Amino acid sequence: MASSMFLAQRRWFLSLPRNLSNARFFSALPSEHPVSVSGPQNNVGPESNKFEKASSAPSSLKEPELAKFSAIADTWWDSEGPFKPLHKMNPTRLAFLRSTLCRHFRKDPLSARPFEGLRFIDVGCGGGILSEPLARMGATVTGIDAIEKNIKIARLHANLDPTTSTIEYCCTTAEKLVEEQRKFDAVIALEVIEHVADAAEFCKSLSALTAHEGATVVSTINRSMRSYATAIVAAEYLLQWLPKGTHQWSSFLTPEELTMILKRAGVDVKEMAGFVYNPLTGRWSLSDDISVNFIAYGTKEK
Amino acid sequence: MNRIICCNNRIFATKAGSNVYRLRIPWRPLSNDAAPLLSSQNAGNPEKESEAKQYDIAIVGGGMVGLALACSLASRPLTRHLNVAIIDSNPALGRKHFIKKEDLPDPRVSTITPATISFFKDIGAWQFVEQHRHAYFDKMQVWDYTGLSYAKYNARDADKEVLGCVVENTVLLSSLLSRVQETDLPKKIYPSRLNSMSILPNSSSSEVDSTLSMTALFTHGRLAKLELEDGNSLYVKLVVGADGGKSRVRELAGFRTTGWNYSQNAIICTVEHDVENHCAWQRFLPSGPLALLPIGDKFSNIVWTMSPKESSEFKSITEDNFLEAVNRALDYGYGPHPTPSILGSSDLFSWLKGGISKSANDCFEIPPKVIKLASERMAFPLSLRHANDYASKRVALIGDAAHTVHPLAGQGVNLGFGDASTLSSVISEGIAVGADIGEVSLLKKYEADRKPANVMMMAVLDGFQKAYSVDFGPLNILRAAAFHGAHHISPLKKSIISYASGEMRLPLFA
Repeated sequence: MASSMFLAQRRWFLSLPRNLSNARFFSALPSEHPVSVSGPQNNVGPESNKFEKASSAPSSLKEPELAKFSAIADTWWDSEGPFKPLHKMNPTRLAFLRSTLCRHFRKDPLSARPFEGLRFIDVGCGGGILSEPLARMGATVTGIDAIEKNIKIARLHANLDPTTSTIEYCCTTAEKLVEEQRKFDAVIALEVIEHVADAAEFCKSLSALTAHEGATVVSTINRSMRSYATAIVAAEYLLQWLPKGTHQWSSFLTPEELTMILKRAGVDVKEMAGFVYNPLTGRWSLSDDISVNFIAYGTKEK
Repeated sequence: MNRIICCNNRIFATKAGSNVYRLRIPWRPLSNDAAPLLSSQNAGNPEKESEAKQYDIAIVGGGMVGLALACSLASRPLTRHLNVAIIDSNPALGRKHFIKKEDLPDPRVSTITPATISFFKDIGAWQFVEQHRHAYFDKMQVWDYTGLSYAKYNARDADKEVLGCVVENTVLLSSLLSRVQETDLPKKIYPSRLNSMSILPNSSSSEVDSTLSMTALFTHGRLAKLELEDGNSLYVKLVVGADGGKSRVRELAGFRTTGWNYSQNAIICTVEHDVENHCAWQRFLPSGPLALLPIGDKFSNIVWTMSPKESSEFKSITEDNFLEAVNRALDYGYGPHPTPSILGSSDLFSWLKGGISKSANDCFEIPPKVIKLASERMAFPLSLRHANDYASKRVALIGDAAHTVHPLAGQGVNLGFGDASTLSSVISEGIAVGADIGEVSLLKKYEADRKPANVMMMAVLDGFQKAYSVDFGPLNILRAAAFHGAHHISPLKKSIISYASGEMRLPLFA
């Protein structure tokens, strides 16, 4: 099915460096990040300051590649543009987040802003497609991405709506925030884990960022025959929606594997759902079918 | 059928090819001229009028469909906090109860389907309808002038209590208004018309305005700007065009329409009987159908379709002559009463009958005589019009603004209520997942939901119109056969009723 291809568009950004130097964006061990954000993350300092400091993160990118993705990064928010499929699937991910997190935090699901007063982090936020709706739902959102251009786009866009201008965007990594001992009520990393070098380390970071009695949500692509057919063969070779080599099937995690590494990191998976795409209606929906795209919600164990 | 239509302006008749344009015309002096004429509220101090306000949604057109949307938004937990501006110059919207019990019936009526009735109950407006004149009907008799065929539908064929309810448009409007006034929905009614609408493309690249003023948000495409004739400017996230068949919003948004005019007019009036009428009657005459709909208290409503020439004739003849013509048309005029034996229907179709349908044996009845005219006679040209798009960035069309249909089955306003219900549910879903309610991807969901349903109904009604506007022997027989088929084959009949009562979306493929 087509789901994985769409998701992959977002991932493409995150995974660009993979082809080049196997840079580890989200789970990079501290030793591999010689320069990165340091100092307090209270978001009070001038923004330019952060940019400069963070600009070292994607330093392994080749200039032509940077220019290429920068050109597309401008279309993050064009709902009819290259990211149209992602915009279409976004409500489904948010519906899952809304229902599980309302239950987790015992919030009224009939409220327009149920997450008021809760701190959420969107790890690998891209242009802010997920961060902004979460902010509209009342959450105090921090969005992080290792690619500076994404953060710039996200910040510019969020500043245009009073309800989303409160989002704190940083060009940094989960590991850096762990070092700074930041904690969040909900840690959300959608379509990121399949691009990190060490999924187990990454999950440890997510767990470390999750506050006591907080929630962790991770989504990714299953390592199944169907995901190989759709995410790799169809999306990259037949339809050529994505550059060849965007995904490495062998690096995908099965739901069992994800559950296990989250468990080892101290996160107990409580619920899992699949996303399915209906090519006739062009709509995504939640389902029990976790054979391609799936999302897992867990709670931090005591 | 006819909604209060707002927004027509001669000054800013900008032809908009796209929805990206900006008007920089000095409107202030013009609207100051217009203000005293159009709006009593703002006439007092025209200098202070132009303070811009921000809303979540502007509903342009406070007719039945526009107010139904407001009621529906007010009744959903996720949308009841939205700030809504309703723009309509109809002075009745400013009053609390604008109809009295003793008023004569409004000749403009709507046939409300069971689906619409349950929508009204959901939004809390049906209790107000029940306080006024309304007429349920559980029988419907349809026949044609050739005497070859008739069909009688009974609510019990589809396991329903009623087939529908005929309600005067003023009753529907005042009920919705009473309901919307009663709710906590933050709303304001602007007694004015829409002058101009501007929506700029999204831009986030340039410098960021830290003030986040309305104008800054507008410049970056996050708000639409509306200018009203009374000088008010509104900045809104979403503009809903509920302003009728000649929609100004549709024109300003640059939506194209497809459609045609039928060379037919409908004469509409209220008549009185000496007995109460509980059945909806429709007879197909050579020039078009004549419908007699019960509206309660011994009154009925007439919708008579005919050529424009005939309509001007029937409008001008004396009351007595008109009543005589109606009575003749509902009885022996143009042709004999149908007799079931002509086609040998029971033999012809008996093998198709699923079960025995009781009403199939109901015999033909003659409608009650019309004894008095209770309103003036009004004539409306018939047309069919459909907007190619229902939604674009920050704009959505509902009701007649999106689709105008032949009033044949009284379906027009039911489609509009369906639009209002779907749009409010889509907005609610959007808020649930933190979407910007003016985002085109969200609004296209509304379009994708409603367009097939509306197009299907329009095609069916248009087909009906075409089938009955031809007087040709073999076709009459075919038509008669189709009638008999519909009359006798229970499952088909059931689905026709379900469809006519608004509960099925795709009658042919369901």
